[in-house]
Amino acid sequence: MFGWTGKVLRIDLSSRRYYAESPDSEIYQKYIGGKGLAGFYLKDFVAREWDHPEMPLIFFTGPLVATPAPTSGRMTVMSRSPLTGTIGDASVGGRFGSELKKAGWDGIILTGKSDALTGIQITDDRVAFSDAIDLKGYPLSRFNKQLKKKGAFAAVGPAAESRVKFANIMFDGHYAAGRNGLGLVFSAKNLKYITIMGTGTPAIFNRDALKKSREDILRLAAASPVLMGELGITHFGTAAIYDLTGSRRMMPTENFKHTYFEAAKRCNAHAYHLRYHPKKSGCTGCHILCKKIGRNGDVLPEFETMNHFSALLNNDDISTVVEANQICNDMGMDTISAGATLACYAELTGKNLSTKHIVSLLMDMALARGIGKALGQGSFEYATAYGTPEASMTVKKLELPAYDPRGAYGMALGYAVSTRGGCHLRAYPIGNEVLRKPVPTDRFTFSGKARIVKIAEDVNAVVDSLTACKFIFFGATLEEYSKAYAAVTGIESSGQDLLKIGERIYYNERIMNSRNGFTKEDDDLPKRFFDESGSSGNQINIPPIIRKDFLQARENYYTIRGLDQNGAPTPQKTEELGLSWNG
Amino acid sequence: MERLIYRYEKKMIEQKLVLPGDPVLAELDTEIVWNRQHPSIPVLEPIFSKLNINSLLFSPPAEPYRSIIDHLAECTSDVITLKDNETRTFLHDIPVIHTFSPGPIINRLKQRKCVVIPGHGIVTCGTVSPEQTYVNFSSVLFSCFVKYFADYLTDAILGNLSREQRDTFDRVNSYLKPFPEVDVHLKKGPFSSEDAVYGAISEAGKPIVNYGFVDSVMGNISYRYQNTLYISQTGSFLDELESCIDPCPIDNSSCTGITASSELPTHLEIVRNSAYSAIVHGHPKFAVIMSMICEKEQNCAFNGMCHVKCPESRYVRNIPIVTGESGTGPRAICNTVPPAVIDHQAAIVYGHGVFTAGEDDFNDPFYRLCSIEKMCREEYFSGISHS
Ligand SMILES: [Zn+2]
Repeated sequence: MFGWTGKVLRIDLSSRRYYAESPDSEIYQKYIGGKGLAGFYLKDFVAREWDHPEMPLIFFTGPLVATPAPTSGRMTVMSRSPLTGTIGDASVGGRFGSELKKAGWDGIILTGKSDALTGIQITDDRVAFSDAIDLKGYPLSRFNKQLKKKGAFAAVGPAAESRVKFANIMFDGHYAAGRNGLGLVFSAKNLKYITIMGTGTPAIFNRDALKKSREDILRLAAASPVLMGELGITHFGTAAIYDLTGSRRMMPTENFKHTYFEAAKRCNAHAYHLRYHPKKSGCTGCHILCKKIGRNGDVLPEFETMNHFSALLNNDDISTVVEANQICNDMGMDTISAGATLACYAELTGKNLSTKHIVSLLMDMALARGIGKALGQGSFEYATAYGTPEASMTVKKLELPAYDPRGAYGMALGYAVSTRGGCHLRAYPIGNEVLRKPVPTDRFTFSGKARIVKIAEDVNAVVDSLTACKFIFFGATLEEYSKAYAAVTGIESSGQDLLKIGERIYYNERIMNSRNGFTKEDDDLPKRFFDESGSSGNQINIPPIIRKDFLQARENYYTIRGLDQNGAPTPQKTEELGLSWNG
Repeated sequence: MERLIYRYEKKMIEQKLVLPGDPVLAELDTEIVWNRQHPSIPVLEPIFSKLNINSLLFSPPAEPYRSIIDHLAECTSDVITLKDNETRTFLHDIPVIHTFSPGPIINRLKQRKCVVIPGHGIVTCGTVSPEQTYVNFSSVLFSCFVKYFADYLTDAILGNLSREQRDTFDRVNSYLKPFPEVDVHLKKGPFSSEDAVYGAISEAGKPIVNYGFVDSVMGNISYRYQNTLYISQTGSFLDELESCIDPCPIDNSSCTGITASSELPTHLEIVRNSAYSAIVHGHPKFAVIMSMICEKEQNCAFNGMCHVKCPESRYVRNIPIVTGESGTGPRAICNTVPPAVIDHQAAIVYGHGVFTAGEDDFNDPFYRLCSIEKMCREEYFSGISHS
C-alpha cells in the first residue's frame, strides 16, 4: 500500500489493551482518510451518549500526511460533541499527524474508560500507559515541556476536567482540536495526554509525479495574494482578515448587535506586529507558516480569537486579547465559544466587560467557579437558563465565528446547514464572497449559493480527509491535489472523482446527525439576523436577512444535497453514494 | 439583477472572443438555465449530471483564434502543451478531444477546467460562478494565440516551415486587424484626492481592453497617492475597475489589500523605490510572444526553465526582458521587474506580460504599453520576413 500505512491502532482504555487493525483497501479508497475514515468508524456508535465508554474518540491522518505534498501535516479528531450533540470533528495542525503516520498508523481509535487518570505513550508500534494522576488540574503550560521530550503530543487542561462543554484537546502546546468539546470526550475517558513518536516514512508511489504536483501547488500559492502576498497570511497569520471584515462591515461586534467596530484600526494585524514582533511558525510540512509567535513567546491570536475578544466584547486592548488567548490555550478551551459566551453574558447582564473582568471570567469558566460554571456550558445553555435563548448567537448550540452572516449570504447558509453547528469552515464561502477566490460572487444574494455551498462542503470534506490545509485552497484546487493524491497512492483520480468521495463523506455526517434527531429546525440561524440590521455605512448597506430568501436557499440546498425537505437523508441518495443507514 | 450567463455572453462578444449567437452558457443551482436554445444543448446538458459543477460554457472561438486552435488541436491527439505563465500557473495544459459528445467531454473536464474540440469549439466549466467559464475560455484563447505565433517564428528562424504551415499562417494572418491608431487622452495628474485616483484608475483600464491590447482579465493597475497605493483587485476586469480598487498603505499598516492583485508586491516595490506613481501591467500578446523567442534556446542548459533561470540579459529593442513567476517568493517577478522598470520605465516579463510606469498619471504608461506592443508586433513580422 502506498500513502497509507494500512494499519489502525485500537486502544481500549478500560482494559489498557491495544491491537492493530488492517482495514480493507476498499475502505481507504471509499473514505480516503482523516475526516472520511473517522466518520466511517464513528457511524455505528454515534447514537450513544458522548461520555459512554463505547463512544470512540478517533484520530485519523490521510494519505498525504508525512509526504512532500504541501500543507499535509494535519489530521482529524472526531467523536460525538458534548456541546452540540452532533458529530464533532476538528482538523488539527502541529506535528501529531506526521508523527502518527511515521509511527506506522493511519489512525487511532480510542474506546473505554480508564479507572484513573492516564497518559499514553506511543513509539512506533509500541504503546505504553502510565499514571497521570499527578497531572490532575494542571494547566497545559505546566507539563508541555515534559511531554515535548516524548514527541508530538495531545493533552487536555483544567477546562476539560471542569467539564467545560467546549474544552479542547491541545496539540503540541498551541494547536487546538477545538469547537466541539472534544477535550471533554478525551477527559471523560480519564485520559490526560497522548505522546507519539515515529521513525518510519510512508511509501510513495511516484516521487517524480509528486514533485511535479507539489510545484504546481506551490506556484499557485505564490500567486495567491491571500496566502503568500505582502499582506497575506504567511506574513500576518489569519489576523490579516481582520481589516477586511471591518471594511466590509461584517465584523461581529457586541454579541452580533453591530457589524462595525470603531476601534478595529487599533486592534488589527499591524497593531500586533508593532507590539509583538512575531516570527513565523506552523505545522509540519507547511510553507505558509500562518502561526505567529511573539518575540517573548506569546502565541498571537488567530483571526476568530482576535475578533471575539475585541469587537465582540467591545474591548480595544490587544494585550487583553493576547492574554485571553493564552488562558484558553493553557486551560484548553475553545476561544470562539469562550468569547461568544462572554459576549452573550455581557448582553444579558447589560455589562460592558472590563479587561480584568474578561480575564477573571475566563478563569472562572475554566475552573467552574461561580458564574463560570454556567458559562462553561456554552452560551445556549446559559441564555436558556436565563430565559432568553435568542441571545445565544449559535447554530445547533455552537457559537458563531467572526463573519457576520448579514454580510455574506453564502456564509449564512453555510452556518445553518453545517453538520457540526455554527462553523465557517465547512463551506468556507469567505473565499468567493470576500476574498475573490477562485472568483468573486455577490455576497448579498442567495442566488446560486445553495450549490456553491454544497460543492464547497464536498471539497472541504476531501481536504480534511487527505489531509491538507483549507488555506492553501485559496490558491490551489482539487485539480492539483488529485494529482498529488494519485502520485502518493498510485490510485488514478481526478478532482471530480475526489469530489464524489467528499459528497459521500459529508452525507454520512448528515445521516449520523439525523439518527440523533437533527432536522431542518436545527439548520437555522439566530433570530437576530432576520430581525435586526447590521451597521451600515461607507456606502455599504447591511439590512437584516430576508427570511423567505434564506428558507428558499435552504430548500434548494436540501434538493441539491439529496436530502428530503425536512433535511433528512433519503434511502435513494444513501444507496447511490454507497452508504448504508445502519452501519 | 442581470443573470451572470448573459453578462459574460455579452462580455465575450464585446471583446471579439466569440461571434454573436455562438456562445452557449448555462448556470445551475437547482435547475439548469441556458442563455439560449441551441442544438448543442443535448450534448452539453448531461455534463451537469456527471460533474460537481455549477456553470458551463461552450462556444467556437472567433477568428483568428478559431483557425489557430483548430490547427494546434489537429497537431495533437491528446493535449496542447504551452509554456506561457498563464498556462503554467492556472491551466497547466489544454486537453483536446476529437468528438463532440458528452462522454469524452466529461472525462477531460474531470481533470481540467477546459477542453478543446477542433471543428466545434471549447468547453469550460466552473464550480462557483459562470465567471470562471469566461476566464478559462479567455485564457485558452490567449495561451493558444501566443503559442501559435511563437512556435511559427521559431520554426521560421530554424527554417523548418512546411508549405501547409505557411498556408495556415497566411490564413490566420488575414484575420489579424491592423494595429490601431490610438487617440486617447487620459486625465492629467498628479491627482489630489482619493476620488480622483479611483477615477483615473478606472479610466485607464478601459482603453487598454477596448483597443484590444490586453484581455479584460489579464492585468492590473495602480496609483500611489500620499502613503497609499491604490491597486486593482485580484481577478478584476481591467475595463470594469469601478468598485474593484483596494487601498494599500505603503507601510502595510492595514491588510484590507489582501484582496489586491497578486502583483501588489511588484507595484509596491516600484513606488517605494522611485518617483513613479502610476503603474500599468497587462499581457499584450506580441510582447509576450517576442519575450519567448530565443535563438539560443535549443542549445541552452536552462531550456525549459527560461521563465525563471534565463542567464542572458535580453531586450526587445531597448526594453529589457526579465524572468520570474507571478506573486511572491525568491523566483517571483517582485525581485526582477522593479529594478528594470525603475531604470527603463518599462519591462517585459518572459512569457507573461509588460509593466510600464509613469510619474503623474496614466498617459505615459498607457502609451508606453501601446508602443511596446506595436514595436513587438513589428519585430515579429520583420523576424518572419527575414527568415
Ligand atoms: Zn500578469
